[in-house]
Amino acid sequence: MRILMVGQGELAYYLARRLSARKHRVTVVIADHHEASALAQRLNVNTIAGDGTDMQVLDNGGARRADAVLALTPHDEDNLAICQMAKGMFGVPRTLALVNDPDNEEIFHQLQVSVAISATRILSTIFQEEAVFEQIAEIMALAEGKVAVSEVHLDAQSPALDRPLQDLDLPRDALIGGIIRQGHVIVPCGSTRLLAGDRLILIATAESLEAAMARLAGAQR
Amino acid sequence: MAKQQGESGDRDLVVIVGCGRLGALLAGRLSQAGRRVVVIDRREEAFNLLPAEFSGFRVTGDAVEHEVLRAADLAKAGCLIAVTQKDTLNLMVAQVARLVFAVPRVLARVYDPRKEVFYQRFGIETVSPTELTADALVEAVGLG
Repeated sequence: MRILMVGQGELAYYLARRLSARKHRVTVVIADHHEASALAQRLNVNTIAGDGTDMQVLDNGGARRADAVLALTPHDEDNLAICQMAKGMFGVPRTLALVNDPDNEEIFHQLQVSVAISATRILSTIFQEEAVFEQIAEIMALAEGKVAVSEVHLDAQSPALDRPLQDLDLPRDALIGGIIRQGHVIVPCGSTRLLAGDRLILIATAESLEAAMARLAGAQR
Repeated sequence: MAKQQGESGDRDLVVIVGCGRLGALLAGRLSQAGRRVVVIDRREEAFNLLPAEFSGFRVTGDAVEHEVLRAADLAKAGCLIAVTQKDTLNLMVAQVARLVFAVPRVLARVYDPRKEVFYQRFGIETVSPTELTADALVEAVGLG
């Protein structure tokens, strides 16, 4: 994939490194001139020094051919403008924006941003859940947080061990999408049995998450 | 610019985002014309620019936060005028005002003429000082 990223700092660096290691063709637009040349030396990616909210800069960065644009600046207004221009001017199919104010998440979706990620909301959700369940980590939230994809770690005290999944009586709005067992992924069916040490990919609505966790990890931790 | 004297009584409020030279001037004039005005700016000191005739309210905060827009009573505004120094901020606030707060009329100052053209498709009225100045200068030197 051709990815055009607008950002700065450690986030831009580590993400660019990771994406280019996966053979994506990454171009990074960085406001600061020195940072741009330093990044180009550290990584095998194209960098452009300039204002990512300037159409000409996006164009120079290859927006017309990009499969995805990632807007990762610290400013919500800039990330929105980058995504809107990428999609509206250059026809980029996928746009992703970082959102600081969680209130802006929904509006970003209405305004041509394919994926809006609020670090604030993710961290506060994890924090709240950690207080109740130490064995669960939210991987992502969908539909403005109404559905969560979580990773659940089963220990030996789990009440769900050694029984077929169909007998677990999970809430209707909760689904085990995958089991990670000793480095392998198992797609479960009704007769699959859970073992201590399994990590589950749980897809659940916000309302059913707590009940699902009670079945899988125990009443409370 | 934003003269809407015939607007329904309920939404007679005008919210101005950005209290620079232009925002302060506008706030004073609209106040004098009898409109209820709220001015938002990130910096408290910015309000020092407000002229004596300004009789409205001030809200200190970043207009990119919905909380700040709520504090300015934006849901009751008939008009929002975004005139900060930053194009992207003006454009975002204008769009949030329309979509979230259902403000009937939103205007944004946009310095970059390319952005101005692009954002007209989103139903935002834009004013570009760059274009206006260029037009005025071309006319002044007799080339219009």
